[in-house]
Amino acid sequence: MFEDYFRNYGILIIFFAVAIGVPLGMLGMSYMASFMKIRPKRTSRIKRAPYEGGMRPLGPKPSRFNFRYYYYALLFVAFDIETVLLYPWATRHGVLSSQFGWAALGAVFVFLFVVTVGYLYAWRKKALEWQ
Amino acid sequence: MTDMEQPRVNPYGAPLDLYPETSLIKTMWDTDVAEGHEINQMKATHLEPFAEPLIGSLDELNRSAIITSVDTLLNWARKSSVFPLQFGLACCAFEMIATAMSRFDIARFGMEAFRATPRQADLMIVAGTVTWKMAVPLRRLYDQMAEPKWVLSMGVCATSGGPYYESYAVVPGVNHIVPVDVYVPGCPPRPDALLYGIMQLHEKIKRYSLSGTPAGTA
Repeated sequence: MFEDYFRNYGILIIFFAVAIGVPLGMLGMSYMASFMKIRPKRTSRIKRAPYEGGMRPLGPKPSRFNFRYYYYALLFVAFDIETVLLYPWATRHGVLSSQFGWAALGAVFVFLFVVTVGYLYAWRKKALEWQ
Repeated sequence: MTDMEQPRVNPYGAPLDLYPETSLIKTMWDTDVAEGHEINQMKATHLEPFAEPLIGSLDELNRSAIITSVDTLLNWARKSSVFPLQFGLACCAFEMIATAMSRFDIARFGMEAFRATPRQADLMIVAGTVTWKMAVPLRRLYDQMAEPKWVLSMGVCATSGGPYYESYAVVPGVNHIVPVDVYVPGCPPRPDALLYGIMQLHEKIKRYSLSGTPAGTA
């Protein structure tokens, strides 16, 4: 049993060795190739500058975006999943109701209740307002 | 009085003093002025065309069997995957699009991936009239492309200015801005002409050698 235990860790170690070795090997080969003129290495200030469609880049290189989009991203995911679940249910409601009766409708209302509670919580937390 | 000292005028009417210094409209003003300086500078300095990026004659004596095999392998890999930059300037761009479509099918030459960023592109197809305003971004895109890189001038406008040869606004040949490897004549050139130009570029790529002219230096 202990052998199995350590064998699993051995597989994990092999996995990490391959995962680290292959990219490092590729980078190393590319680095070696630059000595043999196979890989040209000519860098400049313009080449390192950010690419903005060829236009003169505005602002610093790592451009940050507003933290408030975080709320919108979370809410979007929640309502996206809601839509994804509601559409197949709506198209198949006739089949489901003949099999499960009112439970087919009730299950979706339970799901909608959960989502609505989340929505009200977000509303209460003023996530919908641009602060 | 230089351009920098000229009074700022808001094209939307309101006095510019109402806006904070970091507002977009003031930033855009400064950017426009800086761009104008760049364009004027390029117009004043790029008077002569670049020399043709030729590859020297092959010296067979210096080439061992191993080097030749490596050259063949490298050149085969390079010529079979020339990724063009997605860069259409004028009407020639439509012929370039037609070349990428199924009837002419540039994918047969390993070129189906028109890259949207110069970092991943090898070939810049200058498809159309190059104005001086566009010359600055064109040069910047060329500088941002990774070596080895090639330029194909498509149509008479890019090659020599074409019908706009004497215009104050049009570059008299894109070889004033970047060194050009292949010129494709026509107004606009048909897709098969562009394909022929690309095949000529392939012939050129085949002539790089590590002992003679390595790719990315010429």
